[in-house]
Amino acid sequence: MADVGIGWWGVPLAVAAGAVRAGTPFLFVSLGELLTEKSGRINLGLEGTLVMGAMSGYGTAYLTGSPWLGVLVAGITGSLFGALHAGLCSLPRVNDIAVGIALMLFGTGLAFYLGKPLIQPQAPTLPALHLGWWSSIAAVRDALKINGLFIVGALLAPAIVWLLRSTRWGMIVRMVGDSADAARAMGYSVDWVRLLATMTGGFLAGIGGSFLSLYYPGSWSEGLSSGQGITAVALVIFARWSPMNCFYASLLFGGAGALGPALQSVGIHSGYYLFNAAPYFLTLFIMVLTSSSEHRLSGAPSELSITR
Amino acid sequence: MTSELIAGDAAADDRPAVIPAESVIRRDAIGRAAEAVVIPLGALIVSLLLFGVFVAFAGINPLDLYSAMVLGSFGSWFSVQNTLTLASPLVLTALCTALPAQAGLMVIGGEGAFVIGGLAAIAVGLPLSTAAPPALVQLGMAIAGMAAGGAWIAFAGALRHWRGVNETISTLLLTYIGIAVLNHMVEGVMRDPASLNKPATHALPNADMIGNIPGMDVHMGLIYGLIFCVIAYILFFHTTFGFAARMVGGNPRAARLAGLAVGRIVMIVTTLAGAAGGLAGMVEVAAVQGRASATLAAGYGYTGILVAFIARQNPLAVIPVAILFGGINASGGLLQRRLDLPDASVLVLQGIIFVVILASETLFGRFKIFRPKEN
Repeated sequence: MADVGIGWWGVPLAVAAGAVRAGTPFLFVSLGELLTEKSGRINLGLEGTLVMGAMSGYGTAYLTGSPWLGVLVAGITGSLFGALHAGLCSLPRVNDIAVGIALMLFGTGLAFYLGKPLIQPQAPTLPALHLGWWSSIAAVRDALKINGLFIVGALLAPAIVWLLRSTRWGMIVRMVGDSADAARAMGYSVDWVRLLATMTGGFLAGIGGSFLSLYYPGSWSEGLSSGQGITAVALVIFARWSPMNCFYASLLFGGAGALGPALQSVGIHSGYYLFNAAPYFLTLFIMVLTSSSEHRLSGAPSELSITR
Repeated sequence: MTSELIAGDAAADDRPAVIPAESVIRRDAIGRAAEAVVIPLGALIVSLLLFGVFVAFAGINPLDLYSAMVLGSFGSWFSVQNTLTLASPLVLTALCTALPAQAGLMVIGGEGAFVIGGLAAIAVGLPLSTAAPPALVQLGMAIAGMAAGGAWIAFAGALRHWRGVNETISTLLLTYIGIAVLNHMVEGVMRDPASLNKPATHALPNADMIGNIPGMDVHMGLIYGLIFCVIAYILFFHTTFGFAARMVGGNPRAARLAGLAVGRIVMIVTTLAGAAGGLAGMVEVAAVQGRASATLAAGYGYTGILVAFIARQNPLAVIPVAILFGGINASGGLLQRRLDLPDASVLVLQGIIFVVILASETLFGRFKIFRPKEN
């Protein structure tokens, strides 16, 4: 059978495909941020971590020829940035939001510096799973090309729910996030728990970055990330610190980001930049709807500075 | 309370007193000021050493690096003028973070106010330029830039006060939205059809551009920034309004209990902050680029955050720190040409400085030399 044109139906299809494709980095970064915030600290520096992850993952894949090794190195780079954040924040009088801003600028700058030689060469990218083999429509086949990392992320969300709810580790993290004094009284080191939570968060954010450079769009450039990291931080607030909500919200944001290119493909070019900024409009709008000046946000860890 | 303080004057210094004498309080203030200068300076030196180690990995002698940096920033009259020119946007974008910080808000959206201010300025300046004399064109552009930037950040202030939306995240989101609006307008209705490869608006006529400071190759925008800093300093440290704003920053609940109109203060402070950022964008358009294009988003807003933090959010201290960073930016070109370092090396240095400066916060109050004895 020949390829069938599906015209305007291509728009919702492309948005759904984009939700999965462009939503994956949001998913990883927001789950990482969620873990960090559950321990009572906010890491705004994940934007920088994301870019560093993208650069180091791409560089590793280029040098070794293995994109999966790139993903691993991106995660390790991310956890190093997480360790830096946690280490600085554990010093007295040092503010976690300010450190996050600093690491956002530092990570971006360092990635641009080290990534200069990587702009030209093409690294091997992550393979996709072709789940659309049954369809004769090219657009459907295209939309069902799904990356393994998305599936990992989709499984990670319920895993984190379980981890936080039912394991000893999860309970310690939540206790540190809700009352550092109680955790201290029980003999747990607040700084160590936060260090591990922030490093794990950085690991996930680094992987989110490697998805950008190794799968979609699948190359390294200085304009690769335009605020996905910071959007993911806002997304955690919107998701009310629930991992499953992070998953749904990531799909929503990915879909919103795919709207511009999808409309362009059916010939609507005006407002391209505005449609591209749709995730930011959406984040801001949702934050306005869900925040309140009267009371704290439900579900927020009590130690979190940003909601106090 | 003042009468007791005045009673314990300098003559009574050797007598043990429970209430600190005025001279002790003054000495304490001097000590704190010295601390606020010495610790950041020390952090800067540590950052430069770390950056030296960093470039050593790229096979560059750190001493060559430092000499190139000094030469490129303050080594000649040409480079000094270059430094001052590059410092001028930073003076204003730093205020965009420093002023809200006085009232306890962490605004990091100076880049957004900058591009929106520049866009508004050219939107008003182009029609005005056909009808009005240059002074009026520039005035109209400045007002448009400040109004647009002010409204931009005040929106985040309003969301913070009435809806509890975190201003750090909202201003950063607004930056991405602002850049999207800039690109949309520059590639859409405001595009000059003659700008083929790099879409831009029509250019402002040369006669309407902001000129140079007499005798220097530095545009008048620097003076705008200095005036803004001095006014902001007086407003925040020598008026009742400034005291109220800083009280909101110190303890919002106490400020509300004291009957202060917190909402109004937040709105005024964020409007002023955005106006500073917007004015910086207007100057960039009216004194440097002559038109608006995507190159407006060159990162001045982000460097401004760093400048504000090093200046410890003080509007007057912003001036020397901005000049220092103007120098770092000015030396970037020489680092590229002479040492073959990538342009992002300036970003790396800025990042190192930011991290070290924040880490140095923990040293405040640790050195006895800055603290006079209690009695």
